[in-house]
Amino acid sequence: MEPILAAAGAGHAVAFYAMAALAVASAVLMMTQRNPVACVLWLVVCFVGLAGLFVTLEAYFLAVIQVLVYAGAIMVLFLFVIMLLNLRPEDLKAVALPRIPLVGVVAALLLLAAVVTVISASRPYFGMSVAGILAEVGPTKDSVRDIGLPLFRDWLLPFEATSILLLAAIVGAVALTKRKV
Amino acid sequence: MEIQIAHYLVVAGILFAVGLTGVVVRRNAIVILMCLELMLNAANLALVAFSRVHRDMQGQVFVFFAITVAAAEAAVMLAIIIAVYRQRQTVNVDEMDLMQG
Repeated sequence: MEPILAAAGAGHAVAFYAMAALAVASAVLMMTQRNPVACVLWLVVCFVGLAGLFVTLEAYFLAVIQVLVYAGAIMVLFLFVIMLLNLRPEDLKAVALPRIPLVGVVAALLLLAAVVTVISASRPYFGMSVAGILAEVGPTKDSVRDIGLPLFRDWLLPFEATSILLLAAIVGAVALTKRKV
Repeated sequence: MEIQIAHYLVVAGILFAVGLTGVVVRRNAIVILMCLELMLNAANLALVAFSRVHRDMQGQVFVFFAITVAAAEAAVMLAIIIAVYRQRQTVNVDEMDLMQG
């Protein structure tokens, strides 16, 4: 299988900027939409953009999972719940400005400080060109094999534990929504 | 211009900030949950980018687990929202003030 983006410099940059713009723009739209159904649909667009970013990083398997599991299954679950609840119109007036601006400003400054600290801590990696790394490692031949080997060799116990977690989530969701426990 | 790891980190940071703003500003519990999912995905993007820098697939395995846990978390959170809606006929978090939060 030929890799979609074989570490081509210009093509990589174009794909990155297109997908990043798509993801960020749809995320902002998702946050500002009043109707929750529109929020879900914009979030689906955002996840497709994120899947595109995964492709530019040659994480093909995760890109597929992102679209199938996230944009497909989880977002449909959100849509089901929104339509199940049948919200009244007054519930849709949801966007509100914080009523205590000072607290918001302080929180935003603290968040900014934290983000700057985290990003500057990864300074050694800043100059690393993604296209260069991809060219050096070579095109991924078999993305599923690359992720499957560590998953089932080094992380087998956490993988099995995840199945128990999912079972607990299913049972918990059913128990929570039952009318009479 | 060549794309560097910092580009991916900046995108992840922006998405995380948008998600956090949504969690703080929005009042609809379902939309707050969606913004939480967005924050999780921003972290996933940073993980995949660093996984590529370190030439190590463990980061992608971690993202795989994060997606699984996010699915479980979304199911339980939506069940809680439905249970709360049955009790109080609202998904507005400002009206869920039983604990005076």
